[in-house]
Amino acid sequence: MTELSARLRPDPARSHGIPIAVLAEITHRCPLQCPYCSNPVELERASAELSTEEWLRVLGEIADLGVLQLHFSGGEPLARRDLETLVARAAALDLYTNLITSAVTLTEARLDALAQAGLDHVQISVQSVEDALATRIGGLRGALERKRAAAAWVRARDLPLTLNAVMHRQNLHELPEMIEMALDLGAARLEVANVQYYGWALRNRAALMPTPDQIDTASKVVDAARARLHGRLVIDYVEPDYYAARPKPCMGGWGRQVFNISPSGKVLPCHAAESIAGLRFDSVRDHPLAWIWDHSEAMNRYRGTAWMPEPCRSCAHKHDDWGGCRCQASALLSDAGATDPACAFSPRHAEVFEAALAFSEGSDRYTYRDFSGGTPEPGG
Amino acid sequence: MTPDSRPALPRFVKLRFDRARDTWLLLAPERILIPDEIAVEVLKLCDGEATLAAIAATLAARYDAPEPEILSDITDMLADLEAKGFLRDREAA
Ligand code: SF4
Ligand code: SF4
Repeated sequence: MTELSARLRPDPARSHGIPIAVLAEITHRCPLQCPYCSNPVELERASAELSTEEWLRVLGEIADLGVLQLHFSGGEPLARRDLETLVARAAALDLYTNLITSAVTLTEARLDALAQAGLDHVQISVQSVEDALATRIGGLRGALERKRAAAAWVRARDLPLTLNAVMHRQNLHELPEMIEMALDLGAARLEVANVQYYGWALRNRAALMPTPDQIDTASKVVDAARARLHGRLVIDYVEPDYYAARPKPCMGGWGRQVFNISPSGKVLPCHAAESIAGLRFDSVRDHPLAWIWDHSEAMNRYRGTAWMPEPCRSCAHKHDDWGGCRCQASALLSDAGATDPACAFSPRHAEVFEAALAFSEGSDRYTYRDFSGGTPEPGG
Repeated sequence: MTPDSRPALPRFVKLRFDRARDTWLLLAPERILIPDEIAVEVLKLCDGEATLAAIAATLAARYDAPEPEILSDITDMLADLEAKGFLRDREAA
């Protein structure tokens, strides 16, 4: 059997086809304050969020587009009281539903309601295997214990569980224990995601950037665990960009397979796209989703390969990584249309590597994510 | 997987015809597979009641093909899906 994504690549005749998945960021509210949060630094307030009625309409438009998977995300999607209603509608539309949650506010009753509504999969993020560090990173006391309980409830209902471990300089030493924890909690999949430097994480680069040694060790730990746990635990490993030689095919290519909807209904090619100055995004409040997918200026801006500069334009890998991440090019080079500097072929690659080394020796002090534009960690 | 296994898709794995793409799909957490025609026929018979042997017999009759060969083919295919967590054996569970 082939993977759908494998069959979808590359179709030179078209810059885009039918999207596979949508990340519905239904709210930016969250009980945690992770310094690496991928949400924009300027968070959208509750008063700006799409209403239940608006979401119910948009879910129909999503299904009509041919989307297969719907990820309910945030912020913390549980912060919306109508999550069950939205999941039920998505399930009725035959969408494969996934809940991406910090799980600290999950209750058994709510999980029952979600399962009843037809939820297919749960992904719980973890900050650390150790209570004190988890508290320090997420800014909420007792979060780890609640996540453990929530994971057990998920498994008790025979829902598949993915654990999402966001790794950085201050917790990478825990990777072996993190893998053990995933097994303990009954996860079928562990996502070891090195922080990607957008949104709040970009702000916190100095506190998060790993050292090259840490990354070396992490790759070895993951390789060994994959071999040992074959058939028991799938481990997805997201390498850190700044030390890689080749960039990631961000979102499988700009505007190709996946898109985001922000709490207020803006349709984004990726969750960090708003960090790119000068891009105009369209809202589901103003246009039908199908129109936005085909015609939105932001969606079309970096689609396909026609926009590419050298060295991408004449590169053999352009249909594999689509030139890398536009948000990263924008953040590091102030030019969203440049080759991702994470790529070793980029003329600016060495600079990025040097910068990463410098950040990896930075201060451990965080700036916490909040609606007031960030709060520095006390002390330090 | 043995001839006595009663394979079934877990609740969270969905076999579905996708009209937008005009193809059958197998939807699982974080993965989407495209089963070929034979696989679709086999998976439709995996209801947790029928044994693998019975499924092979059904297919042998339907396609007028030798049963042992079919049994061995579908055992491999379903064992592979089981290892990926996309299929369960009711008997073993
Ligand atoms: S990364 Fe942390 S702060 Fe951001 S949405 Fe997830 S749990 Fe909340
Ligand atoms: S030059 Fe461009 S297309 Fe080639 S590997 Fe680097 S980012 Fe990818």
